Amino acid sequence: MARLNVFLLLAVVVCSLGLVTSQHKARQLFQALDVQQERARQLDVEFGQLQLELSTWGTAPRIEKIAVEKLGMHTPEAEPLLAAANKPGRGTRR
Amino acid sequence: MMRFKGKVAHKFAESPLLELRMPPWRSRLMALLILGSFVVLIGRAFYLQIVNTDFLQEKGESRYRRDIEISASRGRIADRHGDVLAISTPMKSIWAVPSAATLTPEQTRQLASLLETDVQQLTSKLTSEKNFVFLRRQIPPAVADRVAALKLPGIGQDKEYRRFYPTGEMTAHMVGFTGVDDKGLEGVELAFHGQLLGQPGRRSVIKDRRGQLVEDVGSIKPPQDGDDIRLALDSKIQYLAYSQLKQAIADNKAKAGGVVVLDARSGEILALANWPTYNPNNRESLSGSQLRNRAVTDTFEPGSTLKPFTIAKALDTGKVRFDTIINCAPGRLTIGRATISDAHPHGALTVAQVIQKSSNVGAAKIAAMLPSQQMWTMFDDVGFGQLPHLGFPGEVSGHLRPWKTWKPIEQATMSYGHGISVSLIQLARAYSVFARDGDLIPLSLTRLDSPPPRGTQVFSPQTAREVRAMLEMAVQPGGTAPKAQIPGYRVAGKTGTAHKLAGGRYANKYVSSFVGFAPASDPRLIVAVMIDEAAGGQYYGGLVAAPVFAAVMSSALRTLGVAPDSPLELEPSPQSPIVKAGL
Repeated sequence: MARLNVFLLLAVVVCSLGLVTSQHKARQLFQALDVQQERARQLDVEFGQLQLELSTWGTAPRIEKIAVEKLGMHTPEAEPLLAAANKPGRGTRR
Repeated sequence: MMRFKGKVAHKFAESPLLELRMPPWRSRLMALLILGSFVVLIGRAFYLQIVNTDFLQEKGESRYRRDIEISASRGRIADRHGDVLAISTPMKSIWAVPSAATLTPEQTRQLASLLETDVQQLTSKLTSEKNFVFLRRQIPPAVADRVAALKLPGIGQDKEYRRFYPTGEMTAHMVGFTGVDDKGLEGVELAFHGQLLGQPGRRSVIKDRRGQLVEDVGSIKPPQDGDDIRLALDSKIQYLAYSQLKQAIADNKAKAGGVVVLDARSGEILALANWPTYNPNNRESLSGSQLRNRAVTDTFEPGSTLKPFTIAKALDTGKVRFDTIINCAPGRLTIGRATISDAHPHGALTVAQVIQKSSNVGAAKIAAMLPSQQMWTMFDDVGFGQLPHLGFPGEVSGHLRPWKTWKPIEQATMSYGHGISVSLIQLARAYSVFARDGDLIPLSLTRLDSPPPRGTQVFSPQTAREVRAMLEMAVQPGGTAPKAQIPGYRVAGKTGTAHKLAGGRYANKYVSSFVGFAPASDPRLIVAVMIDEAAGGQYYGGLVAAPVFAAVMSSALRTLGVAPDSPLELEPSPQSPIVKAGL
């Protein structure tokens, strides 16, 4: 009888320690999840900012300015333009 | 416990103490007292657990449970290729509770320098009577972090979003802008406010002593970010339209202007540019004239650009054929007390030539063949006098009087676009009946995955094709707008030059316009140009607006990779006289 009681007591102690540990682990994991979620939000924000930057650098006026001033490009006259013939039967446009 | 010092060990039950005779009331009293204290404990427990539980529960939760709002961002606005036109990025706002904000002068100075404000201004805000003041809104998060690092009492911060418009003034009227509280105020931002707006979420969490989240409790309401809007707008074409318009306004010393580019197949608005414009990222000194989305909110008397409609109706009802001769000599026509005249007198013209030479007299004579109700119905069918229903703020229906009140002279002037007012976008859309086979398509601000099947039929396909051929003549040598020609493509279009009404009289101010489409063999784009009060010496639509049309159309066709439909030798021969444009 006494041995059984000791065994049960030990079992209870072990179980409760296990419960405490798992609760602790759950909280740690939850925090880690939260940190990652926050990071995901941060990255999303950064993505937005980079998209904004991309659009700002890629605006047509800036591209034209660089093309004309730095690279010395110009729109071709109609004269040397030749339209490549499409294969017959296929649509002529995209 | 008592201890016994006796030599003889007694068993507990034989303890001499127990044999003492105690007065019986003492044990009863003790039992009663113990019972009584249990009753008190039970009563207290009942009070705490049952009677007062809600209050206590709440107090307890408020010590570890937090409701957190999860912010949602406003949707992005992008053009048809996905280039961003408007995007929100988080910023911080700094606020203060003046009664709690007791700062040392040194702290105030530090805060003022971080917020880039005046120390005096800041002090006056901090000493105000209000319960809550914003010190600065929409500052970059990095600066807000440095403010937080100062750990000032009574100063706090909130997260909010700021909207950026990378394309700036180029797309200002189309995209519009939002106010400081993320509310759409103009343009697409207002038209699609409901879709763009995000719904913030909410979650309840338990926080530990260090302020870290420990657990979610209760239900989580996830945040709903606003939907992204994919416009029909093509940034490249928009830029072409905007830069050409800006150039033309400067060259002609004009007051204002607008350009609309439509996809003739789908009714999508590929570009919509106005001048004057503004920078939506910096709206400090804005005037109403800059804000006006003229192409949509302003109406004007379109002038000759309306002639093709009257003539199409006459063709459609069989009143005339394209080669019917109309006698336009001597360039004047008197109806009642008013006289209609041509800018350049013509003799006998065919119906096709009436459009080519833009004869007012010819158009008025053709209009006289139509019953006024029929003409009104036709104008109504092509969308004049009706709201375009784009959802743009302040869009107008234009002015089309009921046919019953028309006088003969009014019917005559309406045939060449006076006594009726339209917006540029209505005019561009109306031309889709000629660019397509006589049907009018609805316009779309957003990109469509598949073009609408067919619009409402206004003219027969045969009529549309005939008018298209006449409009092609108008840009060829001998027409009013040879400057609208584009090498390599067949172009069709019509000029308009209208006197402006000033104080009820027609003044010597003009609205010059050109509406056309290309390639004429299979129209792909419709471009409408309007220049208001050109003061550079030229004011005819064929000289002011047509070159803008040609520049925008040719680059737009090239951008879209539309195959040329005309051999290059059709370029204007140098000996062909540039006809001075008529009204």
